[in-house]
Amino acid sequence: MRGATHARWAAGAVAAILVAAACGGGDSVGGAGAVLSSSWGDPQNPLEPADTNEVQGGKVLSMIFRGLKRYHPATGAAEDMLAEKIDTSNSRTFTVTVKDGWTFSNGEKVTAKSFVDAWNYAASLRNNQKNAYFFRLVEGYDRTHPEDGSKQSADTLSGLKVTGERTFTVRLTQTFSAFPDILGYPAFAPLPRAFFDDHDAWIAKPVGNGPYTVRSYVRGSQMSLRTWDGYPGPDKPRNGGVDLKVYTDNNTAYTDLMAGNLDLVDDVPAAQLKNVRSDLGDRYLNTPAGIIQTLAFPYYDKSWNKAGSDKVRKGLSMAIDRKQITETIFRGTRTPATDWTSPVLGEDGGYRAGLCGEFCHYDPGRAKQLVAEGGGLPGGQVKITYNADTGSHKQWVDAVCHSINNALGNDRACVGSPVGTFADFRKRMTDKKMSGPFRAGWQMDYPLIENFLAPLYYTNASSNDGKWSDERFDDLVDRANRETDTARAVGLFQQAEQVVRDTMAAIPLWYQNGSAGWSDRLSGVRLNPFSVPVYDEIRVG
Amino acid sequence: MGRYVVRRLLQMIPVFAGATLLIFLMVNVMGDPIAGLCGDRQCDPATAARLRAEFGLDQPVWQQYLTYMGNVFTGDFGTAFNGQEVTELMGTAFPVTLRLTLVAIAFETVIGITLGVVTGLRRGRPVDTGVLLVTLVVISVPTFVTGLLLQLLLGVSWAWIRPSVSTGAPLGELIVPGLVLASVSLAYVVRLTRASLAENRRSDYVRTAVAKGLPRRRVVTRHLLRNSLIPVVTFIGADVGFLMGGAIVTERIFNIHGVGYQLYQGILRQSTQTVVGFVTVLVLVFLVCNLVVDLLYAVLDPRIRYA
Repeated sequence: MRGATHARWAAGAVAAILVAAACGGGDSVGGAGAVLSSSWGDPQNPLEPADTNEVQGGKVLSMIFRGLKRYHPATGAAEDMLAEKIDTSNSRTFTVTVKDGWTFSNGEKVTAKSFVDAWNYAASLRNNQKNAYFFRLVEGYDRTHPEDGSKQSADTLSGLKVTGERTFTVRLTQTFSAFPDILGYPAFAPLPRAFFDDHDAWIAKPVGNGPYTVRSYVRGSQMSLRTWDGYPGPDKPRNGGVDLKVYTDNNTAYTDLMAGNLDLVDDVPAAQLKNVRSDLGDRYLNTPAGIIQTLAFPYYDKSWNKAGSDKVRKGLSMAIDRKQITETIFRGTRTPATDWTSPVLGEDGGYRAGLCGEFCHYDPGRAKQLVAEGGGLPGGQVKITYNADTGSHKQWVDAVCHSINNALGNDRACVGSPVGTFADFRKRMTDKKMSGPFRAGWQMDYPLIENFLAPLYYTNASSNDGKWSDERFDDLVDRANRETDTARAVGLFQQAEQVVRDTMAAIPLWYQNGSAGWSDRLSGVRLNPFSVPVYDEIRVG
Repeated sequence: MGRYVVRRLLQMIPVFAGATLLIFLMVNVMGDPIAGLCGDRQCDPATAARLRAEFGLDQPVWQQYLTYMGNVFTGDFGTAFNGQEVTELMGTAFPVTLRLTLVAIAFETVIGITLGVVTGLRRGRPVDTGVLLVTLVVISVPTFVTGLLLQLLLGVSWAWIRPSVSTGAPLGELIVPGLVLASVSLAYVVRLTRASLAENRRSDYVRTAVAKGLPRRRVVTRHLLRNSLIPVVTFIGADVGFLMGGAIVTERIFNIHGVGYQLYQGILRQSTQTVVGFVTVLVLVFLVCNLVVDLLYAVLDPRIRYA
């Protein structure tokens, strides 16, 4: 019986491929039907929306899924996509109405149930979804996902209720006025029944409701996506599809672009930055992305958490020549940070240039003075811990140390301390084994100021790796989350950010840009605030 | 002969167990892989605990090893962190790397032995000096330099080849990567053949053969070459195993999704299952290659008999 179902499935798949192949006959012609190729990295996790937490998997999800909200590719503002309206009277219970006329690419209607089922799946402990904590504010999360790992006592979130074909209500455990705006994160995407009924088949060839459909997927090497003709949304693709090719090394991808074998790379390797202008001319893009790099400190270590420590941290911050490092090492692909958020938020969203003030300004004299006032460096030396396996962190850590050593007039003031792998690096943080400042990178989940502050500095938050804690900060964030007026909420978040500044909880280093290079076949290429190309806007030929 | 093979096969068991245990321990020493799965964020403890239990990471190392080996003997190599079966990864990776290795070995044997014979027979002549000089250069330049240089020249500047190999890795696209992979070994094969040939040329049996009035061609191929090839065969045989595992650099440069790629990916993500699985198979390949080489001795040199 099982065999028979499989055979039918296979036959169906073959038929589907044949049909798709027939439709895509004009691939190489150019124009609206033409397909572009783009570099890709092997996703770390299965492509389930609630299990994908890195940019390569996110790239695909952004093509095959549309959620209740979508972040505007340029401004990052959360705009209604599948949501007709999201009503609330108290910022705690939300009534969501899903737009009519949306279907998954397999024909199934997108209903309120598609969302509720997907969210219940994500929040259920037994499904091992890494983004489950995005649902932690929904009522009943403590029962579907007990914190201590004990047996879950419910399979569904009691806070989610389907009230009609296209309406459902969400009840949170606390007021959170920005809740509708986080719904553009892929973890909140709707899922078709096929996902639950035949999970393995769905993983092998995901089906969603976005502008592209997966035509074929060879795991670890290539995914062919084609424009879905029946896509009901306003952002219909201007090309025929995208072939994502896995590259182990972004240098090879760049070489392939130069040789005309690849149309788009969205990660120009550091080694090529000096000749990218002469190679590509204006077919190169370098725009701010929602990523900030900071140095965090171990507050569980007494020597970094005593009276005067903040002066040492401020002194260290002032000893770092951000401008020179971003220009020489990163060649302008990063911008010196002057606050703890990101320029992609915009002024209205809470980004405020210069919030850090003099403390993010290079001033060796004052730096030396502040460090001395704060009682000197703990143990006479700071060790900046980083992971050496990815992202060429060694270069900038060495440069930062060099800058600190020069400013403090001490050759042994700062050294880099590499850790072999990212996993081990994370493990040391979790085990509270850091002995000095360490690299902390943050890529936003959604473009809200809340996402740059709460997960990183709130007491015991998921990415608060230094275990920094300040009641004033927590209180301000709580108040901001309750605040229903957006402008006032942003103001409160900025006040919280000032608490971070006054104690220099983490040293902001620089904002990271996204970069892309493309062949002369393409036009209309741009990157969204998540540094992912806006594929649907790209024209071929 | 049969008893010899059986003995050798039995000897493989402790080598196999030891090698896999070492790899298993080494990957384990690198730390907790689950910690790296959640990006710049602490995995929520409940999910992390469940993942640990699912991959058996909550048990003591010795128990993990025994369970793993037990599974391996039933053909179950476990699951990588991205949810793919390791056997599935092997199914896609090994054929690609095997093709690449075969191309490389073909280059080594054909070009290497030919050049070795030519230089060995013309010692001190310009051809000899020229080839020796070239091999010296090839040996001293690291593979990634040769690879990147050829890729830029042939792929971008002259556009003779594709700079990267496509998903299916057809034989035609593997010629340049194969040459790059083979380059260093090729140079050694030339030098080894040349030295061995030059030494044997002065031996008694060659003088006898020449004195018998045998044609030069027959002297070289039947008598001289056959005896001189013994060290070369050892080298090439051992090289098969080495090339299969050591193609990481070449595979990275030409974006070939073979064993090297999977190993690299596995090490970065600390996927014990992937790394141990692949290395286990590589160890087997190495052991079998060694056995085949030893058996080839008997074919090449009738004086060698295995009892």
